Amino acid sequence: MKLDSMYQEIILDHYRNPHHRGLRDPFDAEVHHVNPTCGDEVTLRVRVADGVVADVSYESEGCSISQASASVMADLVIGKSVAAALELEREFLALMQSRGTQEGDEDVLEDAVAFSGVSKYPARVKCALLSWMAWKDATAQATGAVQAAVPEQEK
Amino acid sequence: MTIIETRQPGTVAASTSGFDVERVRRDFPILARTVHDGLPLVYLDSAATSQKPLAVLDAERAYYERHNANVHRGIHVLAEEATALYEQARDKIAAFVGATDRREIVFTKNSSEALNLVAYAMSNAVSGGAEAARFRLGPGDEVVITEMEHHSNLVPWQMLCARTGATLRWIGLTEDGRLDVAHLDEIITERAKVVSFVHQSNILGTVNPVEKIVARAREVGALTVLDGSQSVPHMPIDVVELGVDFLAFTGHKMCGPTGIGVLWGRRELLEVMPPFLGGGEMIEVVTMEASTYAAPPHRFEAGTPMISQAVGLGAAVDYLTGLGMDAIAAHEHEVTAYAIDALSAVPGLRIIGPPTAQDRGGAISFVLRDSDDRPLHPHDVGQILDEQGIAVRVGHHCARPVCLRYGVPATTRASFHLYSTTAEVDALVEGLDQVRRFFLR
Repeated sequence: MKLDSMYQEIILDHYRNPHHRGLRDPFDAEVHHVNPTCGDEVTLRVRVADGVVADVSYESEGCSISQASASVMADLVIGKSVAAALELEREFLALMQSRGTQEGDEDVLEDAVAFSGVSKYPARVKCALLSWMAWKDATAQATGAVQAAVPEQEK
Repeated sequence: MTIIETRQPGTVAASTSGFDVERVRRDFPILARTVHDGLPLVYLDSAATSQKPLAVLDAERAYYERHNANVHRGIHVLAEEATALYEQARDKIAAFVGATDRREIVFTKNSSEALNLVAYAMSNAVSGGAEAARFRLGPGDEVVITEMEHHSNLVPWQMLCARTGATLRWIGLTEDGRLDVAHLDEIITERAKVVSFVHQSNILGTVNPVEKIVARAREVGALTVLDGSQSVPHMPIDVVELGVDFLAFTGHKMCGPTGIGVLWGRRELLEVMPPFLGGGEMIEVVTMEASTYAAPPHRFEAGTPMISQAVGLGAAVDYLTGLGMDAIAAHEHEVTAYAIDALSAVPGLRIIGPPTAQDRGGAISFVLRDSDDRPLHPHDVGQILDEQGIAVRVGHHCARPVCLRYGVPATTRASFHLYSTTAEVDALVEGLDQVRRFFLR
């Protein structure tokens, strides 16, 4: 089936056994993102410490692509500096917008290259991006909060 | 996969109505196309939009090739012909729904606009004269809908309540996808100014007891609005028999073009209802200070209307009438009953909606679990069906409260129309088997 290019085994593995699932403390920001056309939802928490993504945890409901993507994303960004993680997000976004023309750099995106096949299906790209957008939003809030908190502590 | 050839003997072909579905299918060129490199198309998404017969395509093309002009404003030949065609379409549609007066047919762009028209007219009634009092509402008044409304018959009323301070109430649902009418009298009370409800649910397939709801609404003096988006295309409709005050429906679900819908309203109500959109065509006398408005239906048709689409919808109505709405309804009932039986036998499948074909139309929503009893998300189900050439709708179907009510994030929906066959149901069942096997590996 042609779909094998979308439903790679690696995606199905993450879907069946998602990593980092379940909301955890402590966290600096929590967001709730939805995909209004299909009903996919994710609640996602981010902990940022010393400019590093210290933790990402989430609860989500949705299709295999959105579930697997959340798992892969959390694997990738946890432990990375915020700047490096944001660079990964840009790489992944470019891959998903490539309409099947790019394979992705496995050294950089690791398991996330498995989603290159999804980019051929415009209706599913948003599924793969849901958790990444939620993470980006939460991280912006978390780093904003941290930066705002610093002067307060210095006073 | 053999799709058309696998028809079960003794089902559609043996229809007592004499309805020849294979002949009907030949009128719809798109049904003969293939997808994904040669697979026959199995189109089970007619509740989203129906396909169009050649007669409709020909009518629109002929209009543009021979008669195109703006309506109601020219004195040349083309303008007169275009106006006549546009107004003939109104006559055809009036007859199709049993309207006693052609002026009761207002063209809109779709059902959503028709429903919004009533909701906005009601808030515009605040500044209207004494004759608009019927439409006025404010704090203490209530708007009643149901929990199975499409967002198009839910959000406009939420917005109306927000604008006026009125309260939104709704009739809940039973476990098997019916309206819970046991407590109707407590929900529709003397405070209700308008009761707006769906005739046939787009997600559950349920056909609602119009008579019962209208009787209660009348008792308390509330206006009634019926969303006929999913009923007018599939069953004989007579607005006089239904007894409602307004009926909204859309052309593209009844074999007509997109961009054209209808609001039918009782003439005596339309006569005193304030306008929604202002502009050309809807006026009587205009000065720099103020304007008076045209009589219905033109009062509610501001601007250049959807002319070719109205002509196309007129052709669609002729087409449906030619086949007979009774015969179409009987055929769809057969396919629906067959599908409910066939789907009920699929392991791990749960129908969200009435479990029988009684008082039910051909939109069947379901959720599917894999052999380890884990839910398969409708997006994944729909994707793997599509790979087999089977088009279904997945998601919350613009009726998210229904998904919340039944504790599912979304559903997969197969929906039928006059051209649907039991062989297509067989293809769906076979396709679902493939879905379960795909996620088993």
